[in-house]
Amino acid sequence: MWGIVRQRLGGYSAYYSLQRIGLGHLLNSLKCYSSEAAAAKKMTVREALNSALDEEMSADPKVFLMGEEVGEYQGAYKISKGLLEKYGPERVCDTPITEAGFTGIGVGAAYYGLKPVVEFMTFNFAMQAMDHIINSAAKTNYMSAGQISVPIVFRGPNGAAAGVGAQHSQCYAAWYGSCPGLKVLAPYSSEDTRGLLKAAIRDPDPVIFLENELLYGESFPVSAEAVDSSFCLPIGKAKIEIEGKDVTITAFSKMVGYALKAAEILAKEGISAEVINLCSIRPLDRATINASVRKTNRLVTVEEGYPQHGVGAEICTSVIEESFEYLDAPVERIAGADVPLPYAANLERMALPQVEDVVRAAKRTCYRSV
Amino acid sequence: MALCMRKSPKLINHLKYRMGLFDMITPSSWNSTSSHHQEFLVTAPIAHNLGNPDADLSVKATLFSACRFKSTKPEKQLNSLNDADDNKVLDFPGGKVRFSPKMTFISESPEERTQCYRVLDDNGQLILGSNLVQVGEELAVKMYTEMITLQTMDTLFYEAQRQGRISFYLTTIGEEAINIATAAALTADDHVFPQYREPGVLLWRGFTLQEFANQCFVNKADHGKGRQMPIHYGSNKHNYFTVSSTIATQLPHAVGAAYALKMDRKDACAVTYFGDGGSSEGDFHAALNFAAVLEAPVIFICRNNGWAISTPTSDQFRSDGVVVRGSAYGVRSIRVDGNDALAIYGAVHAARKMAITEHRPILIEALTYRVGHHSTSDDSTKYRPVDEIEWWKLARDPVSRFRKWIESKDWWSSEAESEFRSSVRQQLLHAIQVAEKAEKPPVADIFTDVYDVPPSNLHEQEKLLRETIRRHPRDYPSDVPA
Repeated sequence: MWGIVRQRLGGYSAYYSLQRIGLGHLLNSLKCYSSEAAAAKKMTVREALNSALDEEMSADPKVFLMGEEVGEYQGAYKISKGLLEKYGPERVCDTPITEAGFTGIGVGAAYYGLKPVVEFMTFNFAMQAMDHIINSAAKTNYMSAGQISVPIVFRGPNGAAAGVGAQHSQCYAAWYGSCPGLKVLAPYSSEDTRGLLKAAIRDPDPVIFLENELLYGESFPVSAEAVDSSFCLPIGKAKIEIEGKDVTITAFSKMVGYALKAAEILAKEGISAEVINLCSIRPLDRATINASVRKTNRLVTVEEGYPQHGVGAEICTSVIEESFEYLDAPVERIAGADVPLPYAANLERMALPQVEDVVRAAKRTCYRSV
Repeated sequence: MALCMRKSPKLINHLKYRMGLFDMITPSSWNSTSSHHQEFLVTAPIAHNLGNPDADLSVKATLFSACRFKSTKPEKQLNSLNDADDNKVLDFPGGKVRFSPKMTFISESPEERTQCYRVLDDNGQLILGSNLVQVGEELAVKMYTEMITLQTMDTLFYEAQRQGRISFYLTTIGEEAINIATAAALTADDHVFPQYREPGVLLWRGFTLQEFANQCFVNKADHGKGRQMPIHYGSNKHNYFTVSSTIATQLPHAVGAAYALKMDRKDACAVTYFGDGGSSEGDFHAALNFAAVLEAPVIFICRNNGWAISTPTSDQFRSDGVVVRGSAYGVRSIRVDGNDALAIYGAVHAARKMAITEHRPILIEALTYRVGHHSTSDDSTKYRPVDEIEWWKLARDPVSRFRKWIESKDWWSSEAESEFRSSVRQQLLHAIQVAEKAEKPPVADIFTDVYDVPPSNLHEQEKLLRETIRRHPRDYPSDVPA
């Protein structure tokens, strides 16, 4: 490891070498940067992921990437493009096809003290590795009484793409969100993605990082701070994308985009919606959600995953427990249909939430006819 | 033109092959009994270099260029056809293989089972002609006394469970040699990933009897903070990763750690233990496969003790035990008599050196017998004959076999035996008493270590719990310190 550090030291400025001197702990507690009014540049989510990985690998020689096709193929979705060339096969490892196997190996490396970033081609495939994610990663710090920490990140596309069928489309936010010991993140924009992935890699606990295949190619404006390599967002803080006063709409990942579009439509009809980008499924930012509901008195939760035991169910309960008297209407829950996702384009569209569904739900909470 | 005549069937065959008309299963076309066979063997260097991708490429490159070269020269065409047909080599991804016109299936079971390495006979005498790693008096006596300690600890803790003083226990009876001898052959820097029947390794490394008792009795001093069932020991200090109940998950963990050790250029390896049952898990397959591919310095030690709870090995697998699976993954392997402490010591000593200097995994299958029940939740007399258990307990006991050896060297005596046994028994009884009387873990330990830093919701829950305990003390046990 130190051999690699010595190799790299020559080519970097003092600024970057500072990063390497274990400032991870300090950087982890960095406050959220407020975004500048004028956006510095645009960045796709793919570029955000790639740059975050690159910077963290450069800053900390313990960070390494492993997964199927991450090396020679440049990543199944080209997220790890150029990394094999830059860091070599010791730090960008192409694995044989066994999610259970390579997850176990990644966890073992984390037990030893390395910081693996394990890529799943999609979180659907991660189900094979569930035992290692939960029993070997999530529970170990607790079960070893703090002796074995597991600073590992599991990342990959989650939820539906377009026409990939049921076994490639499930959303696992609720599954992982129910497990103590895990942290679960679901970024939306490029800025979220960069800041949260960096935070995840620096975090000493196991983190599930849920991306979305359809967002990879989407471009977002990023602030000047976000481009800086020390940029990092706090885990556990939701982001209020737009402020409003009539209804709170919570969403995460791709659905944030849908919620924003719905808010635009609602604004034309005189309904001011406050859109909350959850960012973090676990820990859930109950404080921000409740504060918003206490302001608007109405709540619509949006998610792509199945309704039963979903993220929306948890948010609804949290609001009932803490802000019941503030609710002026029942909580509306928008989720995917309770069926394995069909393939045919028309059926798929009907089985997933659409912008119109969010708009109608918001109107229902406002007692408007739909 | 006799040459041409003889070669013409080959020419036709070759053309058929080239045109994709070649029918592999027509024996008549394989009349190539020509003396011009060129035996083109897969040479040793290629096989040796299979692990080295660069070597493979350069060898492949030269061979490919040789073939191209041949086919462009008109007068050599016949020769090249000759080679293609007679050289009996095919190249596919993965390297060259000889092919054979005879359809033969590799047998599912070998004529003779893989031999087992042992150096001490049942009477503790060195077998003539054995090659072994020397063990001096100090080390041998230490190994023996630790085996007695392990045996005594097992007996007393088992009894404590039967008396209802601890909830669960699992013994290592019959496998003391594997526990102690493997530990003795390793260094303190080697990272151990146990299953659950290897407390002897932790004992060897210095975990005290009191620490064992604290974990089993789950008191405040338990290093595990009361989070786990008894026998789930763990100690960072001793490089012994906390026992986890899930079977065989420690195998890929060990490979990951070994990979990290290799990258750190440490003079240490990872060692992991599992049973015959554990070898059926998917994790076994992934771990061995990966260890070979990643060239990780890890030693896989299988305690093949004949039983996975009530499942005998005949219901567990149909291969010749676990050792033969090593070569299937490209892992160097050895079968050892698990009840022969000296043989185990030697094998692990050698394996460790190979693993670290050659960056390779090693598989050691230690054949033994699980004399005790699977755990205190099991009564093995229900599924196996009592006399089978008794025979292994008395006639094949690894501890007494080793004792005979050290006594024959005048390193031990029956006085030393009774003295040591009674002393260690006293120490254990004392440790149990202290552990039993000690305070239970505090309520705060319910909420710590879930994450590195406790999140706000856990702070709230702890506050709520303390308040509830305060308000309703009769609903909570009095011996739990709030």
